[in-house]
Amino acid sequence: MAQPKNFGYDADAAALKAQAEKFFNDRLPVDQLHALVAHDSTPERDPVVDWKPEIWAEMVELGWSILTVPEEKGGLGLPLVAVAGLIEAQGKAACPSPLLETLNSGLVLSHCDQADAGFEAILEGKSVALAFADQHGSYEPSTTQVQASGDVLSGTAYFVQEAGKVDALLVAAQSDGGIAWYWVDKSAVGVSVKQDTIIDLTRDQATVSFDQVPAVKLGSDAGASFAAAHPAISALLAADVVGAGEWLLHTTVEYVSVRKQFDRPLGFFQGVKHPLVNVMMAIDETKSLAYNAACAYDCDEPNTQKAGHLAKASAANTADFSASRAVQMHGGIGFTWECYVHLYFKRQMHSRALYGDAVWHRAKLADIVFGPIAA
Amino acid sequence: MSDGARVDTPEQAAFREHCRSWLAANHPGEPPVRLPQSAIEIMNSDQMDFLQAWQKSAYDAGLVGCDYPEFCGGGGHTSFQRIANDEMIRAKTPILPNVIGLGMAAPTILNHASDELKAELLPRLLSGEDIWCQGFSEPGAGSDLASVQTFAEPTDDGKWVINGHKVWTSLAHFASWMIILVRTDKSHKYDGLSYFVVPIKSALGKGVTVRPLIKMTGELGFNEVLFENLVVDDRMRLDELGKGWQVAMTTLLFERGAGNLDAPRAGGMTSKASFTTSVSAVVKLAKETMRGGKPVSDDPVMRDKIMQELVREEGFIQTSRRGRVPELTDHPMRIPLQGKVQVSELHQRTANLAMEVGGAKGSLYLGDDAALEGGQWTLGYMNSFGFTIAAGTSEVQRNILGERVLGLPKSK
Repeated sequence: MAQPKNFGYDADAAALKAQAEKFFNDRLPVDQLHALVAHDSTPERDPVVDWKPEIWAEMVELGWSILTVPEEKGGLGLPLVAVAGLIEAQGKAACPSPLLETLNSGLVLSHCDQADAGFEAILEGKSVALAFADQHGSYEPSTTQVQASGDVLSGTAYFVQEAGKVDALLVAAQSDGGIAWYWVDKSAVGVSVKQDTIIDLTRDQATVSFDQVPAVKLGSDAGASFAAAHPAISALLAADVVGAGEWLLHTTVEYVSVRKQFDRPLGFFQGVKHPLVNVMMAIDETKSLAYNAACAYDCDEPNTQKAGHLAKASAANTADFSASRAVQMHGGIGFTWECYVHLYFKRQMHSRALYGDAVWHRAKLADIVFGPIAA
Repeated sequence: MSDGARVDTPEQAAFREHCRSWLAANHPGEPPVRLPQSAIEIMNSDQMDFLQAWQKSAYDAGLVGCDYPEFCGGGGHTSFQRIANDEMIRAKTPILPNVIGLGMAAPTILNHASDELKAELLPRLLSGEDIWCQGFSEPGAGSDLASVQTFAEPTDDGKWVINGHKVWTSLAHFASWMIILVRTDKSHKYDGLSYFVVPIKSALGKGVTVRPLIKMTGELGFNEVLFENLVVDDRMRLDELGKGWQVAMTTLLFERGAGNLDAPRAGGMTSKASFTTSVSAVVKLAKETMRGGKPVSDDPVMRDKIMQELVREEGFIQTSRRGRVPELTDHPMRIPLQGKVQVSELHQRTANLAMEVGGAKGSLYLGDDAALEGGQWTLGYMNSFGFTIAAGTSEVQRNILGERVLGLPKSK
């Protein structure tokens, strides 16, 4: 099916995004965000999980956590382009929450063959994160370091996003029948979560170990279901980068319009003006590719993989570029802990690598465009 | 652009069908001469005669000027031109030679001229019988356009006498008419400007001299134009005296592709083989070009470079699509004002990348049998600078984007 001209972004999608922007503005304006997550500047601080569970509870009440549960399983059946708008708003607010991971898990479950128990838990308001990366940070389930013996898990999953916030984990484990997805309650006996010390203050990440943990099998082919969901995850992550990028751009524009040197606002000088225009164009590229990828996932299956790689390849560059220019154009103040820019700078550095960096996505893209390199 | 899901109204669908069947039967076929990559590189009358005949036939079939009012020689339709453009490009037709007329002069005249002047000038402009050129830049007025010095002095009998020097004037050597920005008041920089249409061909040797300039490619195509006491009627003035800058802004808006009317466009056929500057053409080149016994497309570094460009190209295509979805942008001019800088820089990088993929063959030029695509990539790379410089340099475009979209302080 061909893509609609407007990406399928309809009035409902626009309303959801507007609602989300207002919600995040009200609940966690940037000064409160800074007070919440940046209270300790010590570089070697112990890892903490700073967030407001009461904001997440409201998000669940609003139905946001079930947006990627298919309609026939009791979800809302909104197209992914609408979800992208919500994630763009969350990225703009840099709000710490398990929303993106829960939505990502819903996307993976949508491609699993026996996922009902997972959907039921999400519909009950449970949050969940994907646990599948290996110690080298490979975002492919094939290298998972968790094993399943029967339905009992042992081993370790690395780089698990929002592990400190979620109720449950969707774990890829090597079983007799190949690599499969298993549902584990985080509170189960034998699960230990060791928080990573990460640069991003607006998210958390952990190394999660499993010692003889009983689990529920939800999907028998983790590789295929993750591959099918990955383009959608890329689209949502790219939307987050766009939201954070817009905050960085507009905050920097405001600053260089006020701050004067040589008797003129900084933004008068082309050495400042032109890089900011380049940031704007980079954000626009990523935004267009994010909504294109979401739309392809919704209704243009043959182009889904390519569109997902395009979106995240662009997003990784835009994350880096928008962040670095914001600090640079703020000058000395941009380099301080008290300036809010570092919160977004760090979120973008984290987003850049999440679920595949630019080089990885471009290599996948090249395999589609050229075919694999001849042996 | 993959935009196959666009839904035509019944009228538009019938028009699209008309375009397709007409083009199937009337495509001009193999050109008798090497055709240039764009109209501003037309060198000789063999090329021009062929292209003018093509524009006239497309105009007579209703494929050019569809959205202009009937009294201006147009089709009197709405949103038909975009369909005709799609179909002409799909059919890989020759380009329309009267590009400055169609893209800049016509919308400016439509917005600022008297009905009498519109009816007099536009039909022969749309048909391509009259070629138009643009007299904006001067030796001392490039990016700082408002500093033009060409002066129009009023005569006692209500006419104007024009003296001055315009430069980088594409198509002047074929032009019947010029849109021209002149100074009518030396005491005000912006408010001292006025806008006229003036005859060129009929005034050659009678106040107008056209001298060709040779470009770095070796091609002709643009000129300097000297005015020595050219007398023009006051009725050839567009809009009010002293409003020339505002009229010029209309021209530039359309020149940069940000106007509200689709300019007629065709193309795809440049020589015997069709050629377009696109990343998919670079992909094809990389598969066909051998380096060290292997195709370039098996080199991971070159694959990555080409994919970087693919991301940017697809990003631009999708941004153009998003430009028509107001709910997905925060400023109405944010995307339209990017078009010129994005497309010109994209083509520049893509042509440059093709030369790199071609390796040693990138050194071969037009006329060498072994040149890449007959030398079109090398020619295209050099010509790309015409587009990143003309119509407001990329640097001026970034000033405009920064000031009008981001609201940054003006650099002037």
